[in-house]
Amino acid sequence: MSEREASLPPAHVRRRMYELMTLIRSCDERVRRGLSSGEFACTYWPATGQEAIAAGLGAALRADDLLVTTYRGLHDQVAKGVPLGPLVAELLTRTTGVNKGKGGAMHIAHPPSGLVLSTGIVGSGIPIAVGVGLAAQLRGSGQVAVASFGDGATGTGSFHEAINLAALWRLPVVFLCQNNGYAEMTATAHAQPVAAVVDRAAGYGIPGERVDGNDPDTVHGALARAVERARSGAGPTLLECTTFRLWGHYFGDAMTYVPAEQLEAARLAEPVARYRARLLQDGVLEEAVAIEIERQALEEVGAAFAAALAADRPEPEEAFVDVYGERSGVMA
Amino acid sequence: MIETAVSDATTTRSMRQALNLALDEAMAADPTVFLIGEDLADPGGGISQVTKGLSTKHGSDRVRDTPISEAAIVGAAVGAAAMGMRPVAEVMIMDFVSIALDQLVNHAAKARFMSGGLLTMPLTLRTAVFGGLGSGATHSQTLESWLAHVPGLKVVVPSCPADAKGLLTSCIFDDDPCVFVENVVLYGTKGPVPDGEYRIPLGAAHVKRAGTDVTVLTYGRTVRDALAAAEQVAADPIDVEVVDLRTLVPFDAETVLRSVARTRRAVVAHHATRFVGFGAEVASVINEELFGELEAPVRRVGARFAPVGSAATLEAAVMPSVATIVDAIRDVAAR
Repeated sequence: MSEREASLPPAHVRRRMYELMTLIRSCDERVRRGLSSGEFACTYWPATGQEAIAAGLGAALRADDLLVTTYRGLHDQVAKGVPLGPLVAELLTRTTGVNKGKGGAMHIAHPPSGLVLSTGIVGSGIPIAVGVGLAAQLRGSGQVAVASFGDGATGTGSFHEAINLAALWRLPVVFLCQNNGYAEMTATAHAQPVAAVVDRAAGYGIPGERVDGNDPDTVHGALARAVERARSGAGPTLLECTTFRLWGHYFGDAMTYVPAEQLEAARLAEPVARYRARLLQDGVLEEAVAIEIERQALEEVGAAFAAALAADRPEPEEAFVDVYGERSGVMA
Repeated sequence: MIETAVSDATTTRSMRQALNLALDEAMAADPTVFLIGEDLADPGGGISQVTKGLSTKHGSDRVRDTPISEAAIVGAAVGAAAMGMRPVAEVMIMDFVSIALDQLVNHAAKARFMSGGLLTMPLTLRTAVFGGLGSGATHSQTLESWLAHVPGLKVVVPSCPADAKGLLTSCIFDDDPCVFVENVVLYGTKGPVPDGEYRIPLGAAHVKRAGTDVTVLTYGRTVRDALAAAEQVAADPIDVEVVDLRTLVPFDAETVLRSVARTRRAVVAHHATRFVGFGAEVASVINEELFGELEAPVRRVGARFAPVGSAATLEAAVMPSVATIVDAIRDVAAR
């Protein structure tokens, strides 16, 4: 057995990661198809190309572990186990959404799946994840909190304050940076004085690891180490997963700021097809099994969208529900 | 919710002691309550000694000293509250809330709404106005109007030791994010405080002084000045009713309107900047509901529209005082 083979996740985990990646990609393609054709309208920040990181995350965490992600979060949310139908319905702001259509694409929260919340403000979820880890530590629950964020967030004060606090208190937190090359329209290299995001870890006295974020096996291994370290009480890790954002910042982004050759190379390196080929080569999947996984994903996504599109948007009255625990008649 | 006290007995305490007691009793009653902020732990026990003794009694895990990181303090409180804990975060001086506004305004205030009720946000943010100490323009601001403007936040401003205990306890056990605004000038004020657990409902104004001629609507530090102003004009004779709003959000419009409907003359007073201050909202509600019954336009007293200078002369030039409240009372009474 080669070194690479020895460090690979077990076959059932690899197969599970391919299933997740396929489901995420199918869902993402369905959203983009609906938006392109005018079938429906919603806000959308595609995570196309970042599926391998989410798959590693989904496979490395326990069901009761906790995640705080961002507006570019569909992949993370699917991987954490948010039920697909209500997730899609929330994207489309329907009453059947996980958040009754009141959060929308940017603000998915589903605590029963361990997805505490998703933030629409870059960097803000990181201190929140630290608080989630603090609650776990205070309760001795054994849960680990993951803060998932992009390279752009590492320029915020929130990132630095949060990582400092978590390191100081040895909180059970994993800082998962999905470095997709661009913060909105600015290349990462133009926005940081260090060579890599992971270099920041040294400043807080915590371990950092930088891995190929398009390889789910590698991501899974690195995450498993970071999660184990967090759970053991040894404190946080900064994990940088390098990847590429294939469809730009928002849906419809013309990506004029991305050099053509960079985009072409990134498309060739995209993780889903690459992982499929590897699993076939390694004998983990047979062609017929892969096709069945893909068919099931399409079916599940199709059903989720059909149900969501048939559902209603919230009644206007819903705007005044859940502002507070009790109704706030006077101010409204 | 109604006002609840386990005992009729009271003890004379300072506002500082009343706040300390509320925190102490809440921590003893509920293991999910914890404190997070700068310099809270002993031996210091907080910049104003409000948390003195609590880390010794409840442990440094539950009275957590932090680095100077307001965004992380409030952000961590948001995360812990999302997990069902009841964090009480302290932002030392109200001006510093500006650094943590994102967590407060974008996350704490909206979590329940955006999650469709899946999340609650039982966090309390304690902060204190330091105006009046000559600390200058970045350590003297009275900013509660900023926060009252954000749906989802509750804003509570106590004026006396009993209210400090009863309102803080209610904030801690409320499932929505509460901003609790203390005032450094009031920490030494003494008064009777109910023994044992004591809660005052949020959204219930309190008539501090009954009167028939003019209603002064006020809160926090300014209540004391309004009561002094009422004594000064008593010989005119003008019989002043002083209503302490106690909570800006939820806003107890009913008590305000009931009082003004009777006196038909109103003054709104606060130490916050008058322009776009909370008093403008109070005056508007009165005008909308009671326009035809008023004997005089509602007068507003508040800080003038300028930074609060460090020199005593500059501070006095901007801040309202007993004298400015007296002038406003006499003005509306004369019409």
